[in-house]
Amino acid sequence: MPNPIEQYARDLSEETREAVRKSGALTTGQRVEILQKDYEDPDALRRLAGEIKQHTIDHLDSYLEQAEASLTKAGAKVHFASDADSARQCVLGILQQSDVQRVVKSKSMATEEIHLNPFLEKQGIETVETDLGEFIIQIDEDTPSHIVRPIIHKKREEVAESFEKHGLGDYNTDPETITRRARVHLREKYMQSGAGITGGNFVSAESGRIVLVTNEGNARFSMAPNKVHIAVIGIEKIVPRDRDLAVFLNLLARSATAQQLTVYTQFIKGPRMPSQPSGPEEMHVVFLDNGRSQILGESCREILRCIRCGACQNVCPVYRHASGHAYRAVYGGPIGAVLSPLLGGKASFPEYADLPKASSLCGACREVCPVDIPIPDMLLKLRHKGKKQGVSTPGSFPMAPFATLATSPTAWRTAMTAARAMNYLPMKLAPIKPLRDWLGDRTLPKWRGGDFRRWLKTRKGNNADA
Amino acid sequence: MPDRDAIFKRVRTSLLQSSGGAPLPDYDPSALVAKPRLTGAGLWENFAQNFGAVSGRPMTELGEVVSFLKSEGVSYGYCDLALCERFETVLDEIGIEIVSTYDRERYDDYQFGITRAAGAIAETGTVILTDSSTSDRLGALTPWIHIAVLPEACLIETVGEALASFDPDETTIIWATGPSKTADIEGILIEGVHGPGEQVCLLML
Repeated sequence: MPNPIEQYARDLSEETREAVRKSGALTTGQRVEILQKDYEDPDALRRLAGEIKQHTIDHLDSYLEQAEASLTKAGAKVHFASDADSARQCVLGILQQSDVQRVVKSKSMATEEIHLNPFLEKQGIETVETDLGEFIIQIDEDTPSHIVRPIIHKKREEVAESFEKHGLGDYNTDPETITRRARVHLREKYMQSGAGITGGNFVSAESGRIVLVTNEGNARFSMAPNKVHIAVIGIEKIVPRDRDLAVFLNLLARSATAQQLTVYTQFIKGPRMPSQPSGPEEMHVVFLDNGRSQILGESCREILRCIRCGACQNVCPVYRHASGHAYRAVYGGPIGAVLSPLLGGKASFPEYADLPKASSLCGACREVCPVDIPIPDMLLKLRHKGKKQGVSTPGSFPMAPFATLATSPTAWRTAMTAARAMNYLPMKLAPIKPLRDWLGDRTLPKWRGGDFRRWLKTRKGNNADA
Repeated sequence: MPDRDAIFKRVRTSLLQSSGGAPLPDYDPSALVAKPRLTGAGLWENFAQNFGAVSGRPMTELGEVVSFLKSEGVSYGYCDLALCERFETVLDEIGIEIVSTYDRERYDDYQFGITRAAGAIAETGTVILTDSSTSDRLGALTPWIHIAVLPEACLIETVGEALASFDPDETTIIWATGPSKTADIEGILIEGVHGPGEQVCLLML
């Protein structure tokens, strides 16, 4: 049996594969074009961004402390969550305290990671995703398959069907009509909610400003009419100073969607100003660990530089062939193949230990990474970790016994010779009927296991002793 | 705060495993500037070029705004009280009504919103909105058309300079680079998702 990613890729419809491949190839090309048009040496920028992020995570304790102090000073309330459960409870506590029954959410991988939506729904709090792609994912009870383009795997016909099914209008495949319908439907949700939940792309330790980028304007709309704003942010999202944001914002928009800047880039460090009639009266920041502090002490710590642009997904031949859902985890593609086995601690390894194997190590992901993460090196490190921990990745029949034999020369030799017994077994009397029937019409070739070894050993010139 | 202490403890323990830490690199902010975007005659020309390239509508005359609103067939909009005097008469003449109080119950009725911009970035074609310049966030966000009125002195050349000039008292700063947009469905670009589908920037001399 092939490994799970290979199996998923085999079962994937050609239509979906083509959609993912096309989108990945197109964005990859546009990314190169805009970077080369705008900068003399874009690679120098990527290296600089990598160095700044590496410095930040190497001093994460002091920067995190500084960010906490800056945010608190500006009037935001800062919370810390060790794991997914703690983060969910923290968000719930804030919502309950303000008696919020309905929340609007802008796209956030961190809340995806902690599976916030199903939890809040279970607690009786209506939770509405507002990014168009995420909204479609939500009504379809699907999961995003790309960091930036969550419905890269969906055709417009599927979206039209979902909209019809959920009473959002007659069947219509025109993307503009679909978008307008979502606009009308969602603005009612924004206006009737009590809180807006967002992620955070960066946090400046210096000023405490959290940076939120969206093209649709949904993060802004999630905040403007609401009393409470909650931002769930991974502890690694910090950068030292406001001025460093120039490096990251320039690279993020160009790497993710080939734009000079994402349409709405917001810098927020507290509730609305007293003179402003619309906007949150409370701002809460939930810093999420969920395995990050563990990763920081291990050999793949550079993965914490990641700014979630999706460029490595777009360029990866395996991702383009298999699509994001093949990786089974919240994060797919090259970044996911490293991050998924590491995040969430012991539960993720060995569960996702096979993901690092889904790579030809071609190095394309490293070449496009805006923070210069040596992803291929990490894939190798994780493969080695899997081997050391004795994770037999082909875990099911018939690959598991084969893997055992293939990794032990003694067992292999013995099996090859022992299987000669098959030549003398009465196959027509096989104990299982279907097998007996099948064998009844066929004559198996003679088992010659071990012959090659013997030949190789005795052939003149092949054996060192000969 | 058990989680806070536990996280800091784990972070510090993990940092002991790393090799002392990389230094914060020193860099020249001019290396971050997309110079080919700044080849025009002046700040406004560069802004207009880059803003136009992302479907923004740069305008320099009040008359341009009036004819644009007329061509869009609007009749009712929101306007910052501080700007009403400037717009009221000219819009009234063509039968367009403006109000200076944003009524949340009527969020769908405002066909356009006129508010002040705190600045603009030439390099990227970005309009800067802040809590103190925007009379009502919703007035700049919910209408299909947003008109940001920009004092000429507030034009900034680069992203780096814009970051350096952040007012520490502003809790919310928004950069809007063109109208709201998405490419979620099959990568096809659609403008006007949740925010404005038309973003105008009127230079006020």
